Amino acid sequence: MTKPTITILQLYPRDMNIYGDNGNVLVLQRRLEWQDITPNIISYNVGDTLPEHVDIIIGGGGQDSGQDRIQKDLLSIAPKLREWAEAGTPMLMVCGLYQLFGKYFKTVEGHVIEGISIFDITTHGSHERLIGNIVTRSSEFGDIVGYENHSGQTVLGDEVTALASVIKGAGNNSGDGHEGARYKNVIGTYLHGSLLPKNPKIADFLIRTALKNADISHEKQPINDKYAEQARKIALQRPR
Amino acid sequence: MPHPFTILLGKAVRHAARLRGGGSALPGLFVEKISPDFIPSILSQLPKGVVVISGTNGKTTTTKMVVSLLESQGLKVFTNRTGSNFTRGVAAALLGEIDTRGKLSADIAVLELDEAHAVKFVQIVKPRYSLLLNVMRDQLDRFGEIDTTAKMLQKIGEATTDSVILNREDPRVASLATHLATQNIAYFGLDSSLLSHFPTDDQLHNKQAATASKLPAAATLTKYGEDEAVFKIGKKSYATPLKVRGAYNVYNGAAALALVQTILPEAPAESLVTALSDVTPAFGRGEVLTINGQPLELVLVKNPSGFQLSLESFSPKGHATMIAVNDNYADGRDMSWLWDVDFTSLKIDGVAAVSGVRAFDMALRLQYDEIAIEHVETSLVDSLKKLITAHPDMPKRIFCTYTAMLALRQELSKMTNVEVIS
Repeated sequence: MTKPTITILQLYPRDMNIYGDNGNVLVLQRRLEWQDITPNIISYNVGDTLPEHVDIIIGGGGQDSGQDRIQKDLLSIAPKLREWAEAGTPMLMVCGLYQLFGKYFKTVEGHVIEGISIFDITTHGSHERLIGNIVTRSSEFGDIVGYENHSGQTVLGDEVTALASVIKGAGNNSGDGHEGARYKNVIGTYLHGSLLPKNPKIADFLIRTALKNADISHEKQPINDKYAEQARKIALQRPR
Repeated sequence: MPHPFTILLGKAVRHAARLRGGGSALPGLFVEKISPDFIPSILSQLPKGVVVISGTNGKTTTTKMVVSLLESQGLKVFTNRTGSNFTRGVAAALLGEIDTRGKLSADIAVLELDEAHAVKFVQIVKPRYSLLLNVMRDQLDRFGEIDTTAKMLQKIGEATTDSVILNREDPRVASLATHLATQNIAYFGLDSSLLSHFPTDDQLHNKQAATASKLPAAATLTKYGEDEAVFKIGKKSYATPLKVRGAYNVYNGAAALALVQTILPEAPAESLVTALSDVTPAFGRGEVLTINGQPLELVLVKNPSGFQLSLESFSPKGHATMIAVNDNYADGRDMSWLWDVDFTSLKIDGVAAVSGVRAFDMALRLQYDEIAIEHVETSLVDSLKKLITAHPDMPKRIFCTYTAMLALRQELSKMTNVEVIS
């Protein structure tokens, strides 16, 4: 029997890679390999052609200059991304791409950067930077640990739910206690650190959903997550 | 001239702080508070002015080189050796050097300053020369993004009254020249054959190839090997052995040569290169100690590019390797940088010990590069002892973040001779 293959699309690794976002892709790659599934990783940068089929999509954060460079291209591939999101493709969008998966990002100067509206969220730039260790809690994934570093204040609309509630730190904004967003199998979050290494439950959710979508029945083989468990314990105790 | 009373009191506080074994910040803070013009009034006396060295990586090593080169030409140099590269660290160092009438016996000051502090410093003291090394992603938890860091370097350049020395191979640094209309500009650089060994931040993260620059450089590194390097100064090439190790430390030599050539255009290049060959590694920057007859090397790692270049510069073969990662304020609290480093070069021999507050984050990182680890524990002291007893007959190398390096050095000073930096 040939090994099943899962295709991971990494969005804009050239411009959106600022906070260890490559770690998220590496975690998926290894966890697939460790279960005898072949990972097929495709980088998509500005001007590239999208593949016909993908199983998981990952996107990261960038500097303001990086966001400017990708925005037009992102709008051009938005119809396909929306189609995949509606069809239940699992995606993880961190920080900058989380914001651009929303309706818009309005900078402090009043400049509006249009997003692709997969999430019913809006983001406003602010002079306050929300930086530090963060712990959130989700009914599906338990405690999520990470690090946030953003000046965008994100507010959820009616058609989207929060990924988690903030236990320690700021989250989407400095006020409402929500962190991240969830629409179907698309996850948006401000947490890097990277997110997936210390939160293997989310990594396994992305993989499980991708396997289910592809109709691949595959028994999960155990992965030793002892370092992740210890690292989580310590992260929970660290100051902001 | 600061009030004599300020000087005496400041010196007394410095003495008391040292008796307590404390750091250099407190006495500096003290004089800053009671006499804000303390630093400018003293530094303005210097006949050859003030040099500021800034950038993400290589400040301490480059500063040490520049000081040695200037001293080799007979200048008396004031510098902030403690690596406490904040304004108050400068004030504390000055307190130790001035006489009771506030006179600093030096020709020139060479100061390493971290980007954010340098911006504040140049508001009170205009440097005559500045050397801007590189902009790498580092301390994004403090500075937000690297484009912000580049703007800080621009402000240092703009405040400089005579010459600014720029790294030709770092596009964010080289392009600062367009903002510096009134300053003389000089570059240091690499031969195009070496560009792939010194990736810039962008190249590290998106794996694009570097392109050769056409700008003329005052000093260029054209070749380097295990213990020899070739620098091109003007039209001539100079081969020399070096005591500093690691590719990027050798490249700092080109930066130091370009700067000193600018300050002392009459200095013979030959004698500058000779002085460079005698410079030993700065503390914790490839510093080698001896433990039970075996060398133990401390390699400071602060950010992904520095870590990556260190891994590429020092072969792990035959060494027991330890990695110590703390996340105190001075280290940076955000651990995501570990995921921007490729550790696969450690795969062959594995890692003997992983330690520090974030030992398990580091172990987790290595797990995903499928690297074998012998021992993981957060206590630096216990981990160091285990490393030494488990590998008695091997040379050892410890990659460590800043506060882990300080703690390890302190522990090592109980076992062997460690140079005291004060």
